Amino acid sequence: MTDPVAVTVIGGYLGSGKTTLVNRMLRQANGLRLAILVNEFGALPIDEDLIEATSDDLISIAGGCICCSFGSDLTAALVDLSQRVPLPDHIIIESSGVAMPGAIGANIGLLDDFRLAGVVVLADAESVRTQAGDEYLGDTILRQLHEADLIVQTKTDLVPPATASDVANWLATVAQDTAVIQSSHGRIPIDILLGQTAAKQQQMASGHADAAFESHVFAVASQTDAMQLARELAQGGYGLIRAKGFVLDADGRTILIQNVGQRFDATPFDRPMRPELVCIGLRGKLDTDRITRLLASDIATAGAPLQDAL
Amino acid sequence: MSTTTIYSAKKIVTMNPSRPQATHVAVRDGRILGAGSLEELATWGDYVLDDRFGDKVLLPGFVEGHAHTMEGSLWSKVYCGWFDRADPNGKLWAGLKSIDAVVTRLRAAADAMTDPTAPVSGWQLDPIYMNNAKVTRADLDHVSSDRPVGVLHASGHILNVNTKALELAGLMKTGVNHPGIPLGDDGYPTGELKGPDAMTPVGPHVGFERNLLDADEDGLRNFAKLCVRTGTTTITDLASRMDPDTVEMMLTVTAEDDFPTRLVPLRYFMGLSPADLIAEVTTLKARSTERLRMGRIKVVADGSIQGFSARLRWPGYHNGAPNGLWYIAPDQLSETYHLALQAGLQVHTHTNGDQATQLVLEKLAPALQKHPNPDHRFTLQHCQLADAAQFRQAAKLGMCANLFANHHYYWGDEHYTLTVGPDRATRMNACRTALDSGVPLAIHSDAPVTPLGPLFTAWGAVNRITASGRVQGEEEKITVAEALYAITIGAAYTLHLDGEIGSIETGKRADFAVLDDDPTTCDPAVLKDIGVWGTVQGGRIFAASDL
Repeated sequence: MTDPVAVTVIGGYLGSGKTTLVNRMLRQANGLRLAILVNEFGALPIDEDLIEATSDDLISIAGGCICCSFGSDLTAALVDLSQRVPLPDHIIIESSGVAMPGAIGANIGLLDDFRLAGVVVLADAESVRTQAGDEYLGDTILRQLHEADLIVQTKTDLVPPATASDVANWLATVAQDTAVIQSSHGRIPIDILLGQTAAKQQQMASGHADAAFESHVFAVASQTDAMQLARELAQGGYGLIRAKGFVLDADGRTILIQNVGQRFDATPFDRPMRPELVCIGLRGKLDTDRITRLLASDIATAGAPLQDAL
Repeated sequence: MSTTTIYSAKKIVTMNPSRPQATHVAVRDGRILGAGSLEELATWGDYVLDDRFGDKVLLPGFVEGHAHTMEGSLWSKVYCGWFDRADPNGKLWAGLKSIDAVVTRLRAAADAMTDPTAPVSGWQLDPIYMNNAKVTRADLDHVSSDRPVGVLHASGHILNVNTKALELAGLMKTGVNHPGIPLGDDGYPTGELKGPDAMTPVGPHVGFERNLLDADEDGLRNFAKLCVRTGTTTITDLASRMDPDTVEMMLTVTAEDDFPTRLVPLRYFMGLSPADLIAEVTTLKARSTERLRMGRIKVVADGSIQGFSARLRWPGYHNGAPNGLWYIAPDQLSETYHLALQAGLQVHTHTNGDQATQLVLEKLAPALQKHPNPDHRFTLQHCQLADAAQFRQAAKLGMCANLFANHHYYWGDEHYTLTVGPDRATRMNACRTALDSGVPLAIHSDAPVTPLGPLFTAWGAVNRITASGRVQGEEEKITVAEALYAITIGAAYTLHLDGEIGSIETGKRADFAVLDDDPTTCDPAVLKDIGVWGTVQGGRIFAASDL
């Protein structure tokens, strides 16, 4: 049996920048075979210069990537993708403007061949607060934000810096504990969003290229309960946006940890790996001291380090 | 020269206001030459007098403005509903009043199957009437432990399955984490699958394929039999995906000499951008035939009230449930209206909650200012919770409403006690207000959600009785004449077909409902019980007893 294919759901209302972000990821794919699933082929789902060929329901993209429309049957589209040779390395679902991305994520969990890698919801810095106050849309927008593992505040270049930070503060109140990344023109490193990079690149190399983020490698002590550790990393207020790497359990087996924002996952890995975790956060927001202390002992026996008293 | 046939009848109710009654109707080339006395009609020249309807009452063939042809396909599965219901072959299936009775009927079906691995599929289960009893996989394991078993609820939004079905879908395990898949005390799924998302992985294993919305070839023929049995000569398929194979199938089947119905499928909006949708439907429109009328669009704005997925305005759901879901983004709805008006295509929009109706009104108004089309006849479908102000606004905008009169009978009690509370439940499907506000009105069954039967639907709108026997909304009753208008020319109007069908008058199609009694003089309480002999469609005679 092959490993399940990772799936990332990108949500957010119309105009929040999903298509821009997806195109930006395609440009960074660098050998990673991305499969983009869109509800429908609207006006230009994919930048024209990236397109190699187009048919009714499939667009072939430079670098072995594809884009398919799923219409009203996402499951069927996923099953089709699971039978492609070669398999995509990562599937990105661009959900419709009023869809609940968390519900799509829950469905991914029902399909054996796939693994939910995260729900990323975009919030347009210019309009998200207006939309959240809209009589018709408000509760839908808020529900989408609540369901996010990671929120990307888009179009920050189109508003004054003060507005961007107001929106960021507001997002922090409506979706507490959810990491928020600011972006313009979809400029976010692909590994932040997807949690993986092309095989030919070093996996999540430290010293991240983007000045907005910082990235560190930590050694990890053996863990009785790797899932508990993964949960603590995701939800314990460490300023983490991504964490990925390996830990050894009490019996010496290798466990893969993959976190995106609020989402955590710990699964057995089939070959021995050095017990190290790569952790990425916004520059200046990553609490490296607490992370170091957390990872230095077995959380099941030592517990999580307390947050430093203010 | 074509033959003229003059049919005599006990009475002909024409729905033509300038000549409301007649004793004879003359038919030539499938169309009505005239309705009147034999002497008057004889002036057209040679004729054959046909007295077969001498003791029958003829009405214009009924027009069902909101149904789904999938009902025809569902009858290949086991009927598990609470109410008695007739199948396409006329057999009456007794309603099942307990989970045990459901299991027994399913087991009998399983025992009669020859293929040892074939699934057992049931439909129309409605535990609302059984004090909301929960069906578990253990219950359905009594049907069979070797075969996958699945029963679809009447709402279409819940599927109960047995252990075998869960095993086949890979879900018979602990740790399943999905809001639509409740777990039992043992940590395994209970077998209840709530919502299309949870149903999708298991459905195909129990005989419910993903493209459930589209009837297959035999299903379409079956569905047409139900039309004959209920006096229906024109019927909509209100949310067809209309992929190329389905369109070819529909063209072929409806062209068969003995296909007794005019089919009006509306293209479901999902899966195409508004611009692509308009282009596709424009192409389909040009391929229409006499019995297959394409070229209309169906948009779904929100979900259902009993499923708590309809969009409600303040104060929301009576039991405090959070507001429902949008199935189309407001901006996409707006774009679709603009483009459809520009292209001269008609859009019917599903709205159940009053907030969804309000959104439609607000989006259509500016689109109409941009692309004036005084005769657009865009139609609100279901529109169950609209209030008087909304109907007044709909009238001003030239919108039609097709209200869900049957729903009031089947789920009115539930709405009164649980979903929206007494006040709004009483005004649901406000036919009286719609007519008084000047909104052109149709009423519907939404088959298979409720059984196809325009006379039952008319009865529902006239009497407003709920399943428990209460009158709910005395003030929203309409008269028998208004209800009969709604199921004939009223529904035809919402489809822009009122120039061709919906009344018995010169030039129109020879479409008749052939009834045993006169609905205009009977006790309104027995409107639904009037016998239907069959239909005449395009001059072709279809006796229910010959199907």
